[in-house]
Amino acid sequence: MARIDVIMPQMGESITEGTMSRWMKKVGDAVKRDEPIFEISTDKVDAEIPAPNAGVLAEVIVTEGQTVAVGTVVARIETDATAAVSAPPSAPATPTAAPSSAAAASTPPAAPPAAPAKAAPAPTPPAPQAAAPAGDETAEERLKRKSTPLVRKMVEDHRLDLGAIPGSGSAGRVTKQDVLSYLETGAAAPQPAATQPSASVAAPLAEAPRAMAATGPSTVAASATVAAWEGDRVEPWSRIRKLTADHMVLSRRVSAHVNSLMEVDFSHVAAVRKQHRAAFAERGVNLTFLAFIVKAVADNLRNHPVINAAVSGDNTIYRRSINVGIAVALDWGLIVPVIRNADELSLLGVARAVQDLAERARTKRLAPDDVQKGTFTITNPGGFGTYVGTPIINQPQVAILAIGAIEKRPAVITTPDGTDAIGVRTKGMCCLAYDHRVVDGADADRFLADVRKTLHAFPENQA
Amino acid sequence: MAEITFLEAIREGLAEEMERDASVFCLGEDIGGFGGAFKVTEGLQARFGEMRVIDTPISEVAIVGAAAGAAHYGMRPVCEMQFIDFVSCAYDMLTNYVATARYRAFLPCPIVVRGPSGGYVRGGPFHSQNPEAAFLHTPGLKIAYPATAEDAKGMIKAAIRDDDPVLFFEHKYLYRRIKGTMPAGDHVVPLGVARVAREGKHLSIITYAATVWKALEAAEELEREHGLSVEVIDLRTLLPLDDQAVVATVKKTNRVLVVHEDTVTGGIAGEITARINELCFEWLDAPVRRVAAHDVPLPDAPPLEDFVLPQTSDIVRACRWLAAY
Repeated sequence: MARIDVIMPQMGESITEGTMSRWMKKVGDAVKRDEPIFEISTDKVDAEIPAPNAGVLAEVIVTEGQTVAVGTVVARIETDATAAVSAPPSAPATPTAAPSSAAAASTPPAAPPAAPAKAAPAPTPPAPQAAAPAGDETAEERLKRKSTPLVRKMVEDHRLDLGAIPGSGSAGRVTKQDVLSYLETGAAAPQPAATQPSASVAAPLAEAPRAMAATGPSTVAASATVAAWEGDRVEPWSRIRKLTADHMVLSRRVSAHVNSLMEVDFSHVAAVRKQHRAAFAERGVNLTFLAFIVKAVADNLRNHPVINAAVSGDNTIYRRSINVGIAVALDWGLIVPVIRNADELSLLGVARAVQDLAERARTKRLAPDDVQKGTFTITNPGGFGTYVGTPIINQPQVAILAIGAIEKRPAVITTPDGTDAIGVRTKGMCCLAYDHRVVDGADADRFLADVRKTLHAFPENQA
Repeated sequence: MAEITFLEAIREGLAEEMERDASVFCLGEDIGGFGGAFKVTEGLQARFGEMRVIDTPISEVAIVGAAAGAAHYGMRPVCEMQFIDFVSCAYDMLTNYVATARYRAFLPCPIVVRGPSGGYVRGGPFHSQNPEAAFLHTPGLKIAYPATAEDAKGMIKAAIRDDDPVLFFEHKYLYRRIKGTMPAGDHVVPLGVARVAREGKHLSIITYAATVWKALEAAEELEREHGLSVEVIDLRTLLPLDDQAVVATVKKTNRVLVVHEDTVTGGIAGEITARINELCFEWLDAPVRRVAAHDVPLPDAPPLEDFVLPQTSDIVRACRWLAAY
């Protein structure tokens, strides 16, 4: 157990005592290193005094209004309490090790621990969005607004609320890494369970804003303000809704969407499915049409690298991994869990993965990893009977496949002897939306044709 | 190919250029029969003769002035300052005459002024200086300051071939401590292009000369002890400065420490910091920090020299501060 003394600092050469004007933290509060914990006033200056160490404020010895000599212990900080909290790239071990000493001839812009000569308060750069009226701000909020240019730019580009992002930097400052983690995992650590789905959906979108940045300042359209009529219910967007909205608008803006439609005869797949359904069920797996489609797509992507790609600036990134995302509709939004290396799985493996991810999406048990690094996406609006949909590309991917309703339809069949007849076939419409910046029509059509070919003659021994 | 020292690499570069181009000649104090105070030119007089490796009187201004005249007449002189500290004696000639010659009178002045610089060798105030900043804002000059043996050779060759005056700083701490294997063939390293000495992602150290090695040591320690991935940029040429390389590393890691052995006030770190502000302010995730020598003449006493010059531990400390910001 290590308790660190916090002393009344000497605020000037002739100053011998200081008055405790206000405690900014209570006993039991966690404090970060360099985070202001109390305010003092002396003959010359009033100043906020930063914590010499991270920990928990364990004892308050000098109460508000008391005047004590310089050097008096005013509080103690318990440092062990935070020992378990993994420290980010740790700050210099002791306050005096900070920059002012030795050959590091420089002027650290952050208040050096024991000498915050804040007679003239450090100018706080105007934050793009004031979290709260200045008067109501906590010390922590105030510090966070002292953000770096990069963080301010990122917050603006991604339309985030700086105050909502947990900061790991000195004195709780939000760093680039904090913004990136926030984008990847959604709200970070101390979030109630209810926000978990948004935590997951944020991930596939994390890469998208880069495209946004590439095309200049965010112009993702803010919706017009509309008057609510009497009796209307106004519901603020949840995080998942907001992310989805931004992402969809962004995608339509950056990608040159083209749709190619192809009807696939699933009669053969239906037969294979019927034949193996029981055996799969015995192993706890529901064999769906979707599993066949994922398998056929994954197997063909290897031969069509331009479909399994991403756009980065003026470059096309051809992905080595084939990670197929599956759009799952939830009551509270849409989420795209990803089957990693789908081309390496058997039909059974694919079916199990689809089932597992969908199940975990519905029960909010997806891990951040489950929704990242997709290279191609499949969406399945046909489940509701939709003939087919024209999907929006999941940035920064370049293509997405929508599967319409798979149902029995009349079809022209040519019998082996060459006569045509109308027969009943199990058919479904597939729509590939692709980004014409990098995928040309012929590329897309060849890929679709190959997928169709695979499905028309799905090898039974793979089932 | 065997490894050779930083010093031998410079000698090899000089000899190759003298061999290649009859207009190249060397002049300086004790560089002929004696081979120079540090023996950089050892053997060159025996090989190329007294007309091409010329011992001069002790007058830096005369050396540079004579070189300028020869250069106007089509020669490519390489001047040695016995210690670069004494280049200040030729400051007037370099800044008023040489640097302005092309602008004033269309007089080409392809000279190289080279010499041993830098501290960490207990040389005291007259034999340890890094006077690059004194010339940094003299338009018309170029300043090269290599850190590796390969660059030392490739850049002295580039400096000799350059049609404008080049100050070529040779860090004496590196002379015999740093070795390298020279690339085969005509190895020329273009001036004005920085080098990524180590890739990293959390923060960048921008530096040059001897402190490149201190920065690499610090990066090693930061990776091992603190899990920090530190990029090290070796500027190689200070004038013209490779803005592109600076901007690229800022955009990559967003946190920058500028390190140099020269004193901090008015040093090139300030210039680099200003350029970062102008070119890529929005990419900063922390203030740009400097680690450089204290603003005092370099002391003779070893503990004091160690204190005044930037050490690996200073760089580590500043990096940790930056990383935690």
